[in-house]
Parts: sequence; structure tokens; C-alpha cells
Amino acid sequence: MTPEPTAAPAPAQGVPYPGESLEVHDYDVVVVGAGGAGLRAAIGAHEAGARTAIVCKSLLGKAHTVMAEGGIAASMANVYPEDNWRVHFRDTMRGGKMLNQWRMAQLHAQEAPDRVWELEEWGALFDRTPEGLISQRDFGGHAYARLAHVGDRTGLEMIRTLQQRAVSLGIDVYMECTISRLLKDGEAISGAVGYRRQSGQFVLFRAPAVVLATGGIGRSFKVTSNSWEYTGDGHSLTLWAGGSLVNMEFVQFHPTGMVWPPSVKGILVTESVRGDGGVLRNSEGRRFMFDYIPEFFRAETAESEEEGDRWYTDKRKNRRPPELLPRDEVARAINSEVKAGRGSPHGGVFLDIASRRDAEYIRKRLPSMYHQFKELAEVDITAEAMEVGPTCHYVMGGVEVDPDTQAAVGVPGLYAAGEVAGGMHGANRLGGNSLGDLLVFGKRAGDAAASYVSGLGGRPAVADADVHRVLHEALLPFDLAGASGEKKVENAYELQVELQETMHDLVGIIRTQSELDRALKEIAVLRGRVPDAAVRGGRVYNPGWHLAMDLHSMLTVSECIAKAALERRESRGGHTRDDYPKTDPEWGTLNLIVRWDGREVTLDRQPLPQMPADLAELFEEKH
Amino acid sequence: MGYDLTLKLWRGDATGGDFVEYVVPVEEGEVVLDAIHTVQRMHAGDLSVRWNCKAGKCGSCSAEIDGRPRLMCMTRLSSFEREATITVNPLRTFPVIRDLVTDVAYNYEKAKQVPAFAPGPREKDGTRRMAQVDVERSQEFRKCIECFLCQNVCHVIRDHEENKKSFSGPRFLIRLAELDMHPLDTLDRRDIATETAGIGMCNITKCCTEVCPENIHLTDNAIIPLKERVVDRRYDPIGKLLGIGRRKQGESPS
Repeated sequence: MTPEPTAAPAPAQGVPYPGESLEVHDYDVVVVGAGGAGLRAAIGAHEAGARTAIVCKSLLGKAHTVMAEGGIAASMANVYPEDNWRVHFRDTMRGGKMLNQWRMAQLHAQEAPDRVWELEEWGALFDRTPEGLISQRDFGGHAYARLAHVGDRTGLEMIRTLQQRAVSLGIDVYMECTISRLLKDGEAISGAVGYRRQSGQFVLFRAPAVVLATGGIGRSFKVTSNSWEYTGDGHSLTLWAGGSLVNMEFVQFHPTGMVWPPSVKGILVTESVRGDGGVLRNSEGRRFMFDYIPEFFRAETAESEEEGDRWYTDKRKNRRPPELLPRDEVARAINSEVKAGRGSPHGGVFLDIASRRDAEYIRKRLPSMYHQFKELAEVDITAEAMEVGPTCHYVMGGVEVDPDTQAAVGVPGLYAAGEVAGGMHGANRLGGNSLGDLLVFGKRAGDAAASYVSGLGGRPAVADADVHRVLHEALLPFDLAGASGEKKVENAYELQVELQETMHDLVGIIRTQSELDRALKEIAVLRGRVPDAAVRGGRVYNPGWHLAMDLHSMLTVSECIAKAALERRESRGGHTRDDYPKTDPEWGTLNLIVRWDGREVTLDRQPLPQMPADLAELFEEKH
Repeated sequence: MGYDLTLKLWRGDATGGDFVEYVVPVEEGEVVLDAIHTVQRMHAGDLSVRWNCKAGKCGSCSAEIDGRPRLMCMTRLSSFEREATITVNPLRTFPVIRDLVTDVAYNYEKAKQVPAFAPGPREKDGTRRMAQVDVERSQEFRKCIECFLCQNVCHVIRDHEENKKSFSGPRFLIRLAELDMHPLDTLDRRDIATETAGIGMCNITKCCTEVCPENIHLTDNAIIPLKERVVDRRYDPIGKLLGIGRRKQGESPS
């Protein structure tokens, strides 16, 4: 998969770093990350004629997209002819509490259907309607059944399709390779430097355009559905390169993660369980979501269990059950029930589909969930209720980008797509909008990056000194291990656990000023300790070394989240302040922008872009 | 509820290695991968192990646990006696990089040899129409999480490095079958199945099916039907006589 270096191992231009050889490659566009956004970006850049490489931390096909379950939201109108992009756009904006970058939400709603049909052209096999078209399922916050899906393993279908497409196009892939820093020539991107996990060898990519598709930040939280990879690399790389992030205070806690046994706490239970008829109950057996319908969604939510149940078969005459409110609403409600002492034995609530659908239907629609609970919790979901609770799932915040091209603000040559980019989802992401986001903006970023490169007069230069600085920093933990006579050294794994506990306890689903202040102090202390993390062993596939380096980005994004959360004195979407429980219309006109000044995270308020009148009309109350 | 678990983990690299014993505290409900992470945190920060989703969806953490090829994230400690020592070693069919991590490049090379999906023309109304029952055949194989456990146990390649050149392994035989059964695909992949993927070398011992964590019926539903189609094409008199094998629309029997 990985090609031989185009140049023999050599220094960037002149002076080598003492004792180090450097693998050097030249490309037009380097895509960092190989989930849905990265693969789609690479396909776009390649098809536009750019010499393109994909660089990813894991093996190809293992990225987080593989875990997406429910589906891809796209108003193809296969099930409901009245669905169209305007309805999808409206749902997305309302789900995001109107803080979304309206233009991104518009492009997403308009282009998602084409991106889904394109997957079909590349071999994806979605579930079908009786007419033989792509089937579409219900999900929280979407007015119509809109999610293209394959059982509850849609992400696997999507990543495999894109992976097979990228391979058939012959795009170069550098697997198990981590990017540590972006390089610049003046203001513009000139490349990226990193290391191969398998060998510890340093690699320099000389390229005038870099597309970040690195996903999210969830690894900084204790209870999370995210894997080890989600250390906020792209967020940090952008900050360190002089770019900015937007909306970092908004972190999505998915309402339904597994809560038992302890080792699987946080693993995702798809929203499709509710879309396909599952309901939430507390320890008293009550469908408590009826007690948590916010004013904002009252007009479109069922008032009684009977109406909610009728909705599954007749959506035109009935309103949606409150279990299908947007994720932030459901997560907060579960949190409140547990706090009020009405939780399940292991600190969650009950998610019951067993009493509502027959076993065959459940196994057919939710095969992965059936398997996951059977194998990991010894629970048969066709016979008993699941125990579920909120889990850190997704960050709405990310790189501030131009909505049409995904170009990072302030850093020519840098692009971001997918979870690492900010704006599209506002204060809260609707389920199903992530996979569409990856495709729509992955393509846009790849196309724009290729076009940027073809418009350049010359190639930007890479400075040896910049490369050497990265190598020097990367090798520090080994020096420390050698010199650790009297000085106390730190264990990277323990530091990670401490950070995860800090973020979970103090910057979690419900926040308050005193706790956020404490979190920032603890993050600062951890930052002081990270340079003392010593690494044992060699450079070949050494996860302790990798983690010691990842901690820098984990701490950087954690600081961004805590600072922005402290600043936003209101509650909205994925940001809930116990001390400011109301949504404040004034805050509804503001974005928080974070930057890195070389030592710490700085914060600015920025007015929200103004939505044009023809779109604003969609939100005027008509009844 | 917790107890101390003894683990024997293979540690080493391409030049050699040996089992090292670790004792770590474990909790109720944990899986083998949890215990290995505890070893990393408490005793061996440099212990190499590949993992991602920890939910049986990505297929990264394949290893041989007490000699059985399995996903470490889906192997619960409660399936072993508490006093028993659990032994974990890397997949044997692929070269070791370090500790429990192997070089699986073979699989990615074989993936490149599969000709891409080639759909026919759209319907007159511009749509693609397929019946659910028709997509389900290929969907079974698209459940594959590429954990490569089937490749690991396939004895055509497990102890026969020399066969790797001419044999793609069960993973890519089912990939060919998947494309072959795809309702929209138009390419005839029978020559590829024979000449590039080496389907004739498979002697249907079903080891691959036994270890598949996704319960894909590799042998019965993919490899045997593909073998029959190849036979059908290749003038096999019995196959021809019995009319075994399925033809794509418009494809004339050879």
C-alpha cells in the first residue's frame, strides 16, 4: 500500500538532524486521516489531477467512521416524497440551536443525496425500499425518515466503499503514520512532518496543501465512544500552525452509551434503536422523555404515548415521540433522571425495544446491537431492556473554515473536513448528519485543495530548522528515560487517566464556573507534567511513546473546550451551564473563536454570519 | 469483584522473542484487551498492541488467545477460569513487527488485485433499483471487518509462505464472491478468481468460517458458489451436466 519513498532518505534540504535519517515524499495534496472525510477528500483531489497521499494513524479501514451505525441523512425523498433539502436544512439548523454556519448546513443538505448516490455507483449496498430504491430510516431531529442505512453498520459500508474506491484509483496510502506538525513557508503550508508508528522512522511530506480529516477529541474524556485515535490532532495542528477553531465549547454526549459492564462503559448504542421503536424508561417504568419536551420542539413532538406510538405507522397525522428529540435534549434528560434517583441499577436508564418489537425485527434491523449486547454484556436485547447513559461522542467545534472550500481561516493551503472542521453542526449535531458531512465536505475540501495547488506559481519551501525542531521534541521522552537518575518521571498512561477524569468530572455534560476554573488549573498542572513523561523501550511500535506525544494535543484541545465553556454564559445544545441554565438570545448571535499564542489558548467573540432572507424565511412560524 | 489475573504475553520482534508473565488486577466484565491495557499502564508502557473501536467493529485487535484466533476486545475474561493463565501471541500467518503486532501488508496487497466494482447502465428513470433479497447475499460478505482471522487460520498460507504469492486467502475470495453476486456488477471475475486469487487451492476445510467474528458463512455462501461458477465456466462436464452455478443477466454460458 505504501509506496517506496520518491527520494532516498535524506535531510529536508541540507543539514541532517544528528543520527536521524528522514524519509521524504513530495505530493501536491496530503490528506491526514482516512475516515470518510479523508478518503473522500483524497478521491476528490486525485480525480482533480493532484498527486495525492493519504496519511493515517491506523490501518486503512479502521478509522472511526467504521463505528458509525445509524445512517447517512440525505433528503433523497425515497420514502417521503415531501422531503427536500430545505426541510433537511431547517432540521439541521434547529437541531444545532441556530448556531450553525448556515452556508455549510445549506451545502450539506443540498449535496448529501448526490454523495449517497455516488457511493452506490462505487459499490455500496444500502438496504432497499419495496420499490428497490435506497431505504431511509427515522432518526432524532429529522422531520422525515431520511437516513440511508445498512442495518446498523452503515459506517462500515461507507468506509469500505470509499477505501475500495481509493485503492482502485491507486492513491498512495501511508498507514500507521502520525503527523506531528504542519510546516509553513511564510504564511502558507509547505508540508507536514511525522513518524511511522511501525518503525519510529521520521517522515517529511513536502506539499503545498494539507487536508485535515483527523476526526475528534473524545479520547480526553473518561466515558467515551471514541477510540485511542481521537486525540484532537487536527485541531491542535491547526492552532499550532496559526489557524483558529470555532464552537469548541460544544461537545456532544450521545444519550445512549452502554453503562455496564464497566469495561464497555461508553460504547455506543445506536439511535436507530429509538428510530425503530425503542423507548426510554426510568426505574419506575415511566417514559420520562414526555416530561422533558422543551418549548422549542413542543409543536412537533407527541403529547401522549399513544400519539408517539401511532407516529411509527402514520407520520402524517401524528407527531414524533420525544425519545427522538435531538441528542442534547435526550442526554440531559437521562442525566436528570439518574441524578433524581430514578436510574437503572448501573447508573443509566432503560432502553427498551424488546417489549415493543418482535425478536426477528430487532435482529434484522439492529444486528450489531444484538451482537454487541450479547457478547459484551450477556444481555439479549430481544428479551430484555438495555441499560444506557450519556457518553462523549462528538465535538461540534473544530477548525474555522470557509464554508464553500473548507479552507482554514488564516492558513493558506490548509483545509479541514469532517469532525475536525467546525461550524456545520452549530451547538448540537443531529444523528445521521455526520456521515453526510464527511462526504459533502470531504469532496469539497479535496477539490479545493487540488485547485489551490494548481493555481500556485511555485512550490513553498521547507526549512530544515522547522523539521529538526519537531524531531527534537519527539525524541525528548527517550532522553528523559535515559537521564532519570534523581528526577521524578511521569507515566504517560497515568497522565492520560488524570486528564480524562478532569474532563469527565469538570467539563462534562453539565458545567459550572467553579468546576471549569478548577479544570483549567488542573489542565495547566498536567501540561507542566507532560514534558516529564519518560518513555521506556525503543522506537518500533511503542504506544507509550506515541501517547506521550499525543498528550500535547489532548491537553491543547481540552484547554480550548474548558476556556470556551467558561466564557459562554448560557446553555445551548451540547453546552449546559448549571449556573446559566437558560438559552440567551444574545449569545445566539456569537461564536467563540480560539487561537494559540505560543503558550496558551486565547479567546475571541465573533458575530455569527448572517443568513440570507430566503433561508431565514424557513424558520418563521407558520402555525 | 476484582481479582488478579496472570497473563503470558509474547514479547519480541522479527529477530525472536518469548512469553513474559504479568499479573494485573482485573474487574468484572472486562475483556482480554482491557487486561492488556492494564499491563501497558502498570508494567510495560512499550507493549505493542493494535486496537481501535473496542467493540468488535474495526477488526484491529486480532490475536491468538490460548491458541485460538480471536478479537481481544470481544473475548471476555469471564469465559476463562479465574486461576487460569491466559496466553496471548500474535497472529502466526503474518510476520511479527513487535509483541502482538504483525505486518498485515499481505492483505492490503491482495486487496489491490481485486478489479473495481463495474456497474451497468442506470434504469430509464435514472435510478438504481435492486430488491432487498438480492442485495442481502452480498451484504453478508460486506459485514467483513477485515480482522484477517480467516487469513490467519487458512492453512493454504498459515505455514506455507510460498503460497502467499498465488493465493489471496478467504478474505479476498469472499470479496470476489461479493462483487460476483452484486446485482449491478457487470464484470466477469472468474479468471481473476482462478489465476490471481488461486481459488483452486482452497480445499474447503471451513477453518475460516469457524473463526469469523461476524459469523459470515465464508465457505458455504461465498467460496463454494464461486468455485462452482469457475467450474461452470471451465468446461467441467459434471458441473455443466448439473447446471450448477449462476449466470449474470445476459451472460452466455461458456
